[in-house]
Amino acid sequence: MAKQCVTIDGNEAAALIAHRTNEVIAIYPITPSSAMGEMSDSWSNQGRTNLWGAIPAVVEMQSEAGAAGTVHGALQTGALTTTFTSSQGLLLMIPNMYKIAGELTSTVFHVAARSIAAQALSIFADHSDVMAVRQTGFAMLSANSVQEVMDFALIAQSATLKGRIPIVHFFDGFRTSHEINGVKVLGDEVIKAMLPDALVRAHRSRALSPDSPCVRGSSQNPDVYFQGRESVNPWYEAMPAIVQDCFDSYAGLTGRQYQLFEYHGAADADRIMILMGSGAEAAVETVDHLLRRGEKVGVLKVRLFRPFSATHLIAALPVTVKKIAVLDRCKEPGADGEPLYKDVVTALATYVGSGGDRFFAMPRIIGGRYGLSSKEFTPGMIRAVFDELGKQAPKNHFTIGIYDDVTHSSLDWQEMAVDAGLNVTRCMFYGLGSDGTVSANKNSIRIIGEGTDLFAQGYFVYDSKKAGAVTISHLRFGPELIRSTYLIGHDEAHFIACHQPLFLERYDMLAYAAKGAVFLLNSPHSADRIWHQLSKTMQQQIIDKALQFYVIDAYKVAADSGMGRRINTVMQTCFFAISGVLPKEQAIASIKAAVEKTYGRKGGKMVERNFAAIDAALAHLFRVTVPEQVSSNTEMKAAVTADAPDFVRHVTGEMMAGRGNAIPVSLMPADGTWPSGTAAFEKRNLALEIPVWDQELCIHCGKCPFVCPHAAIRSKVFPADAAADAPPGFKHVPVIGREFEAGMHITYQVAPEDCTGCGLCVEICPVRDKSHASRKALNMAPQPPLREQERHNWAFFRSLADYDREQIRWGGLKGAMLAQPLFEFSGACVGCGETPYIKLATQLFGDRMVIANATGCSSIYGGNLPTTPYTTNAEGRGPAWSNSLFEDNAEFGLGFRLAIDAHRDYALQLLQTPGLYIDPALIAAIRDADQSDEPGIHEQRQRIAQLKTHLAGCDGELARNLESVADDLVKKSVWIIGGDGWAYDIGFGGLDHVMASGRNVNILVLDTEVYSNTGGQMSKSTPMAAVAKFAAGGKSVPKKDLSMIAMAYKHVYVGHVAFGAKDLQTLKTFIEAESYDGPSLIIAYSPCIAHGVDLSHNIRQQELAVESGHINLLRFDPRRAAAGKNPLQLDSKKPSIPYKTFAQSEARFSMLWRTHPDAAERLLQRAQQGVLERFHHYEQLASLSYEKEEGNDD
Amino acid sequence: MIDLSTEYLGMVLKNPLVPSASPLARQPDMARRLEDAGAAAIVMNSLFEEEVIEDEERLDHLMHHQGIGHFEASSYLPVNDGYRTHLETYLEQLAGLKRSLEIPVIASLNGTTPGGWTTHACELEQAGADALELNIYFMPSDLTCSSEQIESRYIDILTAVKKQVAIPVMMKLSPQFTSIGQLVKRLEIAGVDGVSLFNRYYLPDMDLQTLAVTPSLKLSTSVESRLSMRWIAMLYGRVKITLAATSGIHTHDDAIKLLLAGADVTHMCAALLHHGPEYLGEVLNGMMQWMEEKEYASVAQLKGSVSHARAIDPAAFERANYIKTLDSFHSPDGVWR
Repeated sequence: MAKQCVTIDGNEAAALIAHRTNEVIAIYPITPSSAMGEMSDSWSNQGRTNLWGAIPAVVEMQSEAGAAGTVHGALQTGALTTTFTSSQGLLLMIPNMYKIAGELTSTVFHVAARSIAAQALSIFADHSDVMAVRQTGFAMLSANSVQEVMDFALIAQSATLKGRIPIVHFFDGFRTSHEINGVKVLGDEVIKAMLPDALVRAHRSRALSPDSPCVRGSSQNPDVYFQGRESVNPWYEAMPAIVQDCFDSYAGLTGRQYQLFEYHGAADADRIMILMGSGAEAAVETVDHLLRRGEKVGVLKVRLFRPFSATHLIAALPVTVKKIAVLDRCKEPGADGEPLYKDVVTALATYVGSGGDRFFAMPRIIGGRYGLSSKEFTPGMIRAVFDELGKQAPKNHFTIGIYDDVTHSSLDWQEMAVDAGLNVTRCMFYGLGSDGTVSANKNSIRIIGEGTDLFAQGYFVYDSKKAGAVTISHLRFGPELIRSTYLIGHDEAHFIACHQPLFLERYDMLAYAAKGAVFLLNSPHSADRIWHQLSKTMQQQIIDKALQFYVIDAYKVAADSGMGRRINTVMQTCFFAISGVLPKEQAIASIKAAVEKTYGRKGGKMVERNFAAIDAALAHLFRVTVPEQVSSNTEMKAAVTADAPDFVRHVTGEMMAGRGNAIPVSLMPADGTWPSGTAAFEKRNLALEIPVWDQELCIHCGKCPFVCPHAAIRSKVFPADAAADAPPGFKHVPVIGREFEAGMHITYQVAPEDCTGCGLCVEICPVRDKSHASRKALNMAPQPPLREQERHNWAFFRSLADYDREQIRWGGLKGAMLAQPLFEFSGACVGCGETPYIKLATQLFGDRMVIANATGCSSIYGGNLPTTPYTTNAEGRGPAWSNSLFEDNAEFGLGFRLAIDAHRDYALQLLQTPGLYIDPALIAAIRDADQSDEPGIHEQRQRIAQLKTHLAGCDGELARNLESVADDLVKKSVWIIGGDGWAYDIGFGGLDHVMASGRNVNILVLDTEVYSNTGGQMSKSTPMAAVAKFAAGGKSVPKKDLSMIAMAYKHVYVGHVAFGAKDLQTLKTFIEAESYDGPSLIIAYSPCIAHGVDLSHNIRQQELAVESGHINLLRFDPRRAAAGKNPLQLDSKKPSIPYKTFAQSEARFSMLWRTHPDAAERLLQRAQQGVLERFHHYEQLASLSYEKEEGNDD
Repeated sequence: MIDLSTEYLGMVLKNPLVPSASPLARQPDMARRLEDAGAAAIVMNSLFEEEVIEDEERLDHLMHHQGIGHFEASSYLPVNDGYRTHLETYLEQLAGLKRSLEIPVIASLNGTTPGGWTTHACELEQAGADALELNIYFMPSDLTCSSEQIESRYIDILTAVKKQVAIPVMMKLSPQFTSIGQLVKRLEIAGVDGVSLFNRYYLPDMDLQTLAVTPSLKLSTSVESRLSMRWIAMLYGRVKITLAATSGIHTHDDAIKLLLAGADVTHMCAALLHHGPEYLGEVLNGMMQWMEEKEYASVAQLKGSVSHARAIDPAAFERANYIKTLDSFHSPDGVWR
């Protein structure tokens, strides 16, 4: 391949062609394909046109099912139409895909292939999704690299118009969709040549039109449906040749020739591997390596998987082949092989069985699985497969890449380096998610990839956490095209940079260093002191591998250059200065040129500051003299403490330490069931500063634990003498309040290693020192000096008994916050606006809570392994949590309710069974129990314990059956939790139905007003005038009023809350909603980083939202109507500040003035009018009389 | 016919009423209404370098620091090529005013760094500004900073900007200098083309509920024009540069007084915000009516006629006036004293 022109990722490569070659684009966000839709929306918004001079209409739908329907409709009316999706999204499109294919409609769906949620959700790459649509009638074209994505996007568009078969164009999620690599961009002349207008007109001519009407989509009966299905055969038979013809035409235009089945290897190979997707590129590298060592091997890349052309497959195989390994990147449980394997077996068996004589004998074919959920697929693994083929009786249905010690499917492998890597420079960078490391590396790739003769590749590994996340960038540079579709391995990196000193104690990064590599560390310690800060292992690695060790205090350099804490430019400069990838002067000039290009005239001062940082970086970069001997006695911190349970130490802890790949199958829970409460074992030490309690000033209001997003500050009331053995620094004072007995003390304690330092507790603290206005009852102070002391205090705090729940006064914050949060230390963002609501719910109802959680932020910080934040109380009770899908959460939760109620009813029925001899008084007490408050629930639990004791002495199935359902006689609280993307959009139909069901479920909508988890795409909750992805020009219609919709049912409890604006109203709403014996809906306003605000201002933003009327706090309680009162209580006052004051404080609104000033003014005026009208409407509703008029019995 | 023309920064203006930096200049239609109402020139709202920097940092954050390190999102808000920074918006606004108005447009700049003053001054000149007002805001919170250092800062900024631009430069000064006359003289020597007296400083307030220090912005009143009147009267005839009066000019009476004291132009802001752009026409009419009644033929004739050098009682502009002022104060009727 000639030198690349631009460096982009796979998603951009696909979107560039899709946007250029379509008229309508229907989109919906799903990882990892969301970026294709985002780019398309942004380009259309900027007026970028397609090949024919029109701006493609980009429309976001409520789900992938909706997008597919829209695509179908637009196609039927003649527009060139496309969509982008992945995983469950593609599955939701299946019904329409059958229709689109059945009607022989030309379209291309671009799919970033991803796992399907099974025992767990996974966002990573495999072919489970595309294999699930292979039967729909779509053709399937697999691209293996970023260049191929661009090429195939166009070839697919051409082929579908020629052959009328719709095409799924797929490429591996993340590995290809997010890999940055060099590609040659296609000029319009190539696109035009591949898409003659005549083809487009032919497509248009098949459109539904009242001017030449027809009927399509009829209902056929037994007499003709079958024949109808067979009528399309000629098109499918012709399609492989059409695609090959397009490949050939394309080769003529670009010089890049592709084949339906593309063979690479020895002409006389006896062992062949067949696979598709990015893994094939690693296979090519490995085959080349093995060929040079005399092995007769080859790899066959499958390009066109459907229609599957056995003829082309057989023709592509060398006649010498004796053994074939077919690798599938998916699993079909219970099948006798995965799809590609079975197709190959069928093709060859059919060929040989029908007398085909191309081969000396029928090759032996084995099938294997690899790479599920982006599992690494390396040269060592590929070598192991060829080695297996070399055996007399190679294992069939094998796996490669894992250790299967249960059914022993896995092959053993040894990692190995391939020749292709000989001249490649490999670099790894450990950065903090928000420190700009990834952005700087992408910039470096562009500098090198676009400004030199070198080829460049970048792949980025991110964290499962949102707060304090680590990013590991893998960069390769070399003189040849880089095909290495796997991460940099141990002893391979020539350059390792650690951008955050904190990571030294978390990651064994130098294990990846090659001999003589360069190690760059950002540290406040000077070159002559840094050595003493390293662990024993690290010192040994530096000595043994003869590493060149450099240190820089990047934070100081950045601050001194006016860059604040933005160290990306400083570290990038150091990389270029010492990595040797480019001559230093050339590199520095390139960085400066890139800075100028990036900011241009938009950022004169930023250019100046970046230049200063670049120059200062070079002056402050020092090489460390490495001693000959190890001097350290410290070791890297263990991921979890030694007292953690076995499972946590051997599974969770290993995953935390980054060694999850080595966990064998036998240690994995087979059904996806994981223990609760493991987040408490992960001490992340993220906070630079933590709150310090001033017990003299504190008034014990309970606001700080209420607002804490990570449950890292808590209160406890206990008898003073319980603190007799407290550590010396443990603070406690007599509790204020007559509700507490004399001699009771209170403490407010921070978990120093779990706090993220957001400062919301200090922000909310209402108390100020009378003689020092800036001091409060909580004040932030640096964490390191406090860490040890507070760690002991926190351990002691945990050991203190919780305050008796039966004694708690739940109506006030002080009381309610004495309840233990059963949701703690989640991976949510620093200052998250959602988690305080979940934490509150677990404090109030956690010990009897069952949670159905829609996919989204709350399912990620709630259940993304390795750790689990939902936890248990001293009795071992706590929330039981599960995530089904994105779209079905309300229905999923309703299922919980139905099952619990069914078991309760069954238990009540069994209770009365004569043969069990249960005390009638106990039966009556259980049956008639009042469980409306904590004492009532406690008493019922005691009755059930009594019942179980009795049943233990009873023989027979009935007793056992009653034992199995007896716990359902204690009131259970069913919670259905999700974001606005779920509640307002994809799950609205289910939500509506569940509300209508009248069943007792509690629906909590964490309303961030965008799809937060996938990166801030517009939902129907997004307010007017806000900019969001998919609404780059500002949303032009108002936020959907979900409260009003729910209230229309009359029997639904509805609450709209904003905890930072009115905490007691939030508390009251949760208690009322849960106590209502019917469906309850709580819409919880949740500031989010996607709003473009610093979440340390989370509380202020909620206040502004309420004061401006953006959010109307309200409670609608159907019980009030039954009592003759107006069910609606409006808890917020008339808007007291202009909407603009609120809008200007958030970048999501204010940036519209920067991009579309006229629209901003217009939409803002309408938004202002809208909030006033809505408030007025609510005010009128809340003032209606519900008293029955005399004489009116209606 | 009364000749209302006046000379301002080397330009001949049709009258001495020049709306000063206010939100009105942000909107082209408002600016046109001001012109239609008779404004002789317009001073734009200030370009604050702090705002430019903050905006650049915001853009930098949007472009490079939105990610939090999570696989599913590398950013949260879309940033497209159409993003216009604060500086771009200001320059476009300036260019837009130049296109749509016939009267001179004076750009106003509030810098914070030496590079910022000069770079932005050049950009404003290139965007078409007829003149440049340097709006210096400096709060010497450093207790070691001397008055000499503060004044030198003004001189240094002026010198640096004058080296870079060819258009006239005027400085908007605060009244908080020990010797305003000497400073104006130093500025004149350093090459300033005019001074605008006086700037009003932001004054903080306190919220007694939250104990927070809060920004407060109160529009000027006529009383505030007295300070400008005194110093313009003192400077008239003793410096050759343009003297512009600003702050507290609400009525034609206020404007006339400043002209009599020696101002070349009078700036209006608060009154126009309060009454609307057309109010400028009323002030102009009022001024002409007064001049007709008093039989003045031109602004040139009356300009400086009651300055310190020409006033009936020059001492009244000085300390003697202080005694008189105190003495003349008495409580309203009905208040016991």
